[in-house]
Amino acid sequence: MPEVAAKAPALQTDGGAPPALRLEGVTCTFPSPDGRGRTYTAVQGVTFTVAAGEFVSIVGPTGSGKSTILNVAAGLLTPSQGSALTFGAPVSGINPHAGYMFQADALMPWKSALENVAAGLEFRGVPKREAEERARPWLARVGLDRFGDRYPHQLSGGMRKRVALAQTLIVDPKIILMDEPFSALDIQTRQLMENELLDLWSADRKSVVFITHDLEEAISMSDRVLVLSAGPGARLIGEYKVDLDRPRDVAEIRMTPRFLDLHREIWGQLREEVLKGYAQTKLT
Amino acid sequence: MALARTKRLPSRPVILLLQLGVLVAFFLIWHVLTETKILSPFFFGTPMAVLARTWTDFMSGAVWYHLGITLLETALAFAIGTVAGIAFGFWFARAPLISVVFDPYIKAVNALPRVVLAPIFALWLGLGIWSKVALGVTLVFFIVFFNVYQGVKEVSPVVLANARMLGANSRHLFRHVYLPSALSWVFSSLHTAVGFAMVGAVVGEYLGSAAGLGYRIHQAEGVFDTVGVFSGMLVLTIFVVVIDAVVTVIEKRLLHWRPQEAHTTNAQG
Repeated sequence: MPEVAAKAPALQTDGGAPPALRLEGVTCTFPSPDGRGRTYTAVQGVTFTVAAGEFVSIVGPTGSGKSTILNVAAGLLTPSQGSALTFGAPVSGINPHAGYMFQADALMPWKSALENVAAGLEFRGVPKREAEERARPWLARVGLDRFGDRYPHQLSGGMRKRVALAQTLIVDPKIILMDEPFSALDIQTRQLMENELLDLWSADRKSVVFITHDLEEAISMSDRVLVLSAGPGARLIGEYKVDLDRPRDVAEIRMTPRFLDLHREIWGQLREEVLKGYAQTKLT
Repeated sequence: MALARTKRLPSRPVILLLQLGVLVAFFLIWHVLTETKILSPFFFGTPMAVLARTWTDFMSGAVWYHLGITLLETALAFAIGTVAGIAFGFWFARAPLISVVFDPYIKAVNALPRVVLAPIFALWLGLGIWSKVALGVTLVFFIVFFNVYQGVKEVSPVVLANARMLGANSRHLFRHVYLPSALSWVFSSLHTAVGFAMVGAVVGEYLGSAAGLGYRIHQAEGVFDTVGVFSGMLVLTIFVVVIDAVVTVIEKRLLHWRPQEAHTTNAQG
């Protein structure tokens, strides 16, 4: 933990501008699901900074509270201790700079793909017709221009993720929070989506916080990988800079020696945590 | 899809033909049994007489007025019950304290057989249409209420969080998330709700009124006119089938976004 805390201020300096996102000593304690007044601490003392335009991945074993961290950054969850800052301002209520791509399906099932993409604009006061006109090019960008009038249940899992991506990006958030967005997809679709995401991201560099349990995905996409320990009371225990050239192809980059080095290094640390997490799930 | 079905059913025209066959067989058996005097035509009527009576009633226009009254009562009961059910369903779902406090009373009132209320309503509201509407409302309200309550409660937290992240305020959430979700539950209970609205109207008419299909059946019974009773039942059946078909069309139109029929909670009738 001290190593991360020590490094954080150095990364924060981006020409003096406040970082896109900073979590400071965030601890989240929940009442235990079995009731009886016991509590469960998901994450403890989590501190990290994401610079503007930076792509940061957080990896950790299952149940380590990765989503909790994102929910704090999004403003959906108020931490028990610590605070979240976005562009220097404390997050209270929904973080207005953040877009969130959820792990589960989050599209409104009663709206067509086009209406779903247009929803964010509508919520911002854009008239429905105009919002849908502006949503069309976004559907085209994620390759779904012919599927605008389909409802979510008529789309495949990969298509729904594309709609969700367009839905998140259309409102132009400065920070994109992604919670294992592609974990439900098969490996081929997944790599396609990863490349598409990198393309869209490199077009106008936003800050991305990408949660995943897949280390290869994390390394191939990010500028920096943070490692979370096994829960409960998960902490950030490692930070690795990914110095691979961009633009990247997520499938090809996995063969490069530098990628394999990084993978070996990070996996050495993550492996222990995964085993610990596994042992805990066996106990309970 | 029909092709993927493991056990193939015959095509739609064949099914329709079979369904028609059942109807014809039923009338045929009825006809033969009454014609051979195995069943007394006085107590069981005869299909020919029933059909003839129904036909002349429709032609002379005698039945249209009563049909109109019943339809009006059904429509009013359905509309009022639905609006009240939606309003209270939302209120209860969004105010946990209210729902916890009133829970036993809601259940108690819903468990009450509504027929016993008919004389009370007749006393309060007279023998006109409003006592029947009131009876229908007590039936429709609970179906819609429970479904809206469920619909609001069952909104996926992820969909809700997503809408909030996209910038929805509480008004947007109501219009774009809670309402569509609740309405989908209401529409999926539409058949039951419309059916109960009509049960309320007809039962109310039967127990005391001056017009309507229930009144006609009651009148015929009063003079041992079995043909009149069966004719009234036939008109009622046709009426129900037509309304049900209309509801199916509306349902398909409104719930086209839905993958399949969802489960609904049923109020007790």
